[in-house]
Amino acid sequence: MSKEKFLEKGFLLIALSSISILALIAFFIFVEGVPLIWKVGVRTFLLGERWFPSQGSFGIFPMIMGSFLVTIGALIVGVPLGVGCAIFLCELTPRPLAAAVRPMIQLLAAIPSVIFGFWGLMVLVPMIRTYLGGPGLSVLAGSLVLGIMILPTIISISEDSLRALPRTFKEGALSLGATHWQTIWRILLPAARSGIVASVILGMGRAIGETMAMIMILGNAVQMPHSLLDSTRTLTTNIGIEMGYATGDHRQALFATGVILFFIIMALNSLALIFSRKGRG
Amino acid sequence: MKRQGPCECQDQDRNGFENLFMPLHEKRDLQSTGLRSGNIWIFLLGFAFLGASLFLAGCQRQKGGLTVAGSTSVEPFAEVLAEDYMEHHGKEKIFIQGGGSSAGIQAVRTGAAHVGMSSRLLTPQEQDLLAFPIAYDAIAVIVHPANPLRNLTLDQIRKIFSGQVRRWEEVGGKNAAITLVSREEGSGTREAFQHLLMGKSEISLRALVQDSNGAIRQVVSDDPNSIGYISLGLVNEKVKAVGIEGVEATIENIRLKTYKVVRPFLFVFKSEPQDTAKRFLDFVLSETGQKLLVQEGLVSVLPPSPPKHGGKPKGNV
Repeated sequence: MSKEKFLEKGFLLIALSSISILALIAFFIFVEGVPLIWKVGVRTFLLGERWFPSQGSFGIFPMIMGSFLVTIGALIVGVPLGVGCAIFLCELTPRPLAAAVRPMIQLLAAIPSVIFGFWGLMVLVPMIRTYLGGPGLSVLAGSLVLGIMILPTIISISEDSLRALPRTFKEGALSLGATHWQTIWRILLPAARSGIVASVILGMGRAIGETMAMIMILGNAVQMPHSLLDSTRTLTTNIGIEMGYATGDHRQALFATGVILFFIIMALNSLALIFSRKGRG
Repeated sequence: MKRQGPCECQDQDRNGFENLFMPLHEKRDLQSTGLRSGNIWIFLLGFAFLGASLFLAGCQRQKGGLTVAGSTSVEPFAEVLAEDYMEHHGKEKIFIQGGGSSAGIQAVRTGAAHVGMSSRLLTPQEQDLLAFPIAYDAIAVIVHPANPLRNLTLDQIRKIFSGQVRRWEEVGGKNAAITLVSREEGSGTREAFQHLLMGKSEISLRALVQDSNGAIRQVVSDDPNSIGYISLGLVNEKVKAVGIEGVEATIENIRLKTYKVVRPFLFVFKSEPQDTAKRFLDFVLSETGQKLLVQEGLVSVLPPSPPKHGGKPKGNV
């Protein structure tokens, strides 16, 4: 076997082993979780609002809604900030300044989520409780923290897609007499749309998957929040908070929660793929 | 066959983002080089490697020590006991782990731990194991120290925690909404609270859920309108334990059996304990061990020391 061939096989082996780990994890989650979903009934499991595992009630609807609400909240906070920051870095700031700001954004991505959670718990939650009322542990606190946590994803991918645009787009627009702002708003942003949308979807995936920080600041009540100041529980925090004591059906129900999460994340990633392909044309 | 060199994949034509995903044409390439030419052995080898590493990871058990695992309510007390025990038994090592009552009992059954800690009685399915009560613990209903309320009736507690009563003024408190704080499903403390206080009423789903005694204490000490429940041994000056039916939550009242929200802490064994396990259990049940537990706020399993003239308010064991 030539050296070339040998290396090729070696890398293939490495690639396959990482894929097989994914396959094993998926397999395990499904084997553990799916029987319970069948036992309870897909409808009851997905749309039930009562979660009392010790009494055999397994309804995760409030958590599905909790996940979506917190994620949407995070996007409302994170997308304008993130895309704005990407435009700023790409178009409105001299290169040296951008070069200084970019590592800081990367640093934001490197902060462990437990630190975000701790900061939220110690700073945001008391502020919300004092000035807005309620327990403080709330959808609002969760959305704000998550919004900050997804910023690095949105900024770096949006910036990349803005930078990847051909110079001619900008030059053409400017030479036709468009102002800088018109060029950004009418030409550059629409042209980079697919990349920006994909960055938002990946940010969404990050938001849905976040666990530690959310356990700390959402309050984890199993309820449909009626206001931004109410506590809620997401799919991930349901697993995180209850796994310590769960046995039997309860444990399987947590894996089943994982199955639902798996489908949601897969759907989001497929969406991101579709959008990025579209950009390629 | 068309080669896809690493440089060619990074065609930054329009959109740098695409690099995150493997382009379609490269996927085809991977399939044709690998699986088609019958190199299943590579795949198998990968699995074998994975299996071997999982197996090795599974085999790594702490050797030469006693593993005690289970309830997070018992954990801090077991740590105190283990520390004292190890001071006097130089060579022996005791490892204390959390995980929860059920997980601890499960670990004893599978042999992953030598001793299980449980903060609830064994269920009928668990009766094949041996359980020794090492202490009794009371569950205290706690509020913020600034809360003027000193006492609640059983009925009020039920109504508050089941969500029927949502404002403090309905139970004679200030004009504010009640923030409920509870433990998660499956927790021994929650189970005991449900069993001892709530009876058939369910704990409201609107309650905030925290996954440890300490976290509940933190939330209650931060929020002036909150109410929660934790081990009496963990009540400190940051929170206030309210009386139930006029009986204050004190060690004295637990011993007099007037404060009734009490549960046993168990050590669980698979079979009759031996060697280190036996010595540790003996130590825990000895006067020295029990004294340590009492200092930490628990109630001893030993009968109160014989001559009890009401001289000292809090007699030692």
